[in-house]
Amino acid sequence: MTSTTSLVTPRRPWVNRRNVYKELIPTFGIAGALAVLIVNFTGLAGPLGSYVAFVAAYLTVSFLFGMRHDKIKAFDKVMTTLICAGFFTAFIPWVSILFTVFKRGASAIYWGYFTSDMSVTSGDDELNLGGLSHAIVGSGIILLIASLIAIPFGIITAIYITEIRGRFSGLVRIMIQSMSGVPSIVAGLFVFAILVSGRGFSAISGAVALSILMLPTVARTAEEVLKLVPEDLRTSALALGATQTATTFRIVLPAARAGLVTASMLGMARVAGETAPLIMTSFYSANFSTDTSGHPLASLPMYIYQNFSNGTDLALSRAWGGAAVLLTLIFIIFTIARLASGRAKG
Amino acid sequence: MQTTAPERRQITAVSRPSDKAFQGVVTAGALSAFVVLALIAGFLFLRSTEVFRTFGFDFITRSKWDAGSVEDARAPQFGVAAMLLGSIIVSTMAMIFALPFVMGTSLFLEYYISRRIRFVLVSILDLMAAIPSIIYGLWGYLVLMPYASHWAASINKYLGWIPIFAVDRENFDASPFVASLVLCLMILPIASSVTREVYSRAPQDQITAAYALGASRWGAIRAVVLPFGLSGLVGGMLLGLGRALGETIAVLLTLNLVFAVKFQVLASAGGNVASLIASRFGEAGPLELKALMAAGLVLFVLTLLVNFGASIIVGRASRSTK
Repeated sequence: MTSTTSLVTPRRPWVNRRNVYKELIPTFGIAGALAVLIVNFTGLAGPLGSYVAFVAAYLTVSFLFGMRHDKIKAFDKVMTTLICAGFFTAFIPWVSILFTVFKRGASAIYWGYFTSDMSVTSGDDELNLGGLSHAIVGSGIILLIASLIAIPFGIITAIYITEIRGRFSGLVRIMIQSMSGVPSIVAGLFVFAILVSGRGFSAISGAVALSILMLPTVARTAEEVLKLVPEDLRTSALALGATQTATTFRIVLPAARAGLVTASMLGMARVAGETAPLIMTSFYSANFSTDTSGHPLASLPMYIYQNFSNGTDLALSRAWGGAAVLLTLIFIIFTIARLASGRAKG
Repeated sequence: MQTTAPERRQITAVSRPSDKAFQGVVTAGALSAFVVLALIAGFLFLRSTEVFRTFGFDFITRSKWDAGSVEDARAPQFGVAAMLLGSIIVSTMAMIFALPFVMGTSLFLEYYISRRIRFVLVSILDLMAAIPSIIYGLWGYLVLMPYASHWAASINKYLGWIPIFAVDRENFDASPFVASLVLCLMILPIASSVTREVYSRAPQDQITAAYALGASRWGAIRAVVLPFGLSGLVGGMLLGLGRALGETIAVLLTLNLVFAVKFQVLASAGGNVASLIASRFGEAGPLELKALMAAGLVLFVLTLLVNFGASIIVGRASRSTK
């Protein structure tokens, strides 16, 4: 037996080795002790102050540990600390956002919150009155209509780039890229100019505005997904005599089904919380309604915005409650997207 | 003896009528993005011609925003200079705040942790990108603002002699500083995902070579990854800038709009085109509405340019590495 080629597997020298912990634990301990001293004897206080003190102490200690070897090692350790600190510091506000939304939102949430509307309740009534059923249903309606517009167009755009591969492919991709940068308020103004002015607010116009913002997300994700479909499937289908239409609809799209679900869900998650375009298209109404044209329709972001503008403590609690519901909704959509793409891989 | 390779056959595929119809429909559908962009530019321009004709270039260079009044016989006057400048100031500050965190996050995720943890953290980062701007605004106003005002007060106390940190009145709430902190958070996920993508393609052999020459991890990053990923970083930051320029609600909630050109970033006065549109929209008369459309057009063109530049840079960065 002769061995043919032996491939050298690339090593990744930056991957942590076990002995890292031998230094990590003492550094952590000493820095922690130092931080306690700093907090006790200087003006730094509170969780944020302690964090700053800890990072500063950790920087110093890791530098000193590094100096046992040489300057290069010491500088490397300082940079490692800075990079890790950059990452963890970026997470602090997000933890704070999630924590505040769910903690303060909880005070507004009770069973009736999901079954009643605000038609007989004002923002500063007690929290056991009224609810946001109208906003949930309104958001659902607007999202549904927006999806019905944006998902087909998004998938068609992706099909054009991956299946037809026409001469506009580059142009279409650039246009989608530019469209994803359209400010949401501009989309709102545009829909206001063509659909709302003179006719009044309506759910349909809100949905059109959201579909403009949703299309690029769906198109780009769908393009990525369709590219993952093996080329062999297409050529085999064509070799068996299938038309391009049949290949696309009966081979490629079913193969990418789960990924297309992901694309749609990501699009919905992207626009579910948009507020600015809704101010000028579907606006807000305190009543439960399923009417899609001619009347303003409530939505979760507008519910939050209205209660925020009201400004009293009880209204702000309602705004946090709405934020908690909206965030939960978006996380659910996001999880569905992840699960679908997980299945696509498996 | 000579062997000749057979001539390469010319394959001519004749599309069937059904395929031609299919291709036509899909092509038409794919051009929808183009049509929508053209319609947006067209309609906003159409609705704002009157404003541009009346105020001319003053619309861009003046900062007075006054709907006028019939009783006092005041003529309406509209100019977006203060708002436009404010948008640029706030977004640029957000960029500056975000830069170290974008670099830290991308390098940390790519070179400091194992693949399995990276997958989890990247998913969390994606999830954070999905938090709606109204929630950022709500949090920015009610939770961050007390802290940020406190920080701004200390910056003013010690660095107040620098003109941009000076204030006329000791009110640090709803300043460009606060708004840009919120924006910084909002653009972090998008900017760092683009940057990380480019960093991850840094040439493996050069990194290994750097280690072989005795470089530390930071040495390898500085010598190989950072120069290689520079265009990715610039592109990612520009993409974030585009987002920041167009952000409406989060800025509206955390910034006090004042129609005057100001460079005092800690003072409770700033400008923002997108927030201007949202805040004035409700009570705008016909002419003011047209002025808002014109402001929207200015914003649209500005973000389009920034995004265009960003996508060219990012595209070049990812093409050169493939």
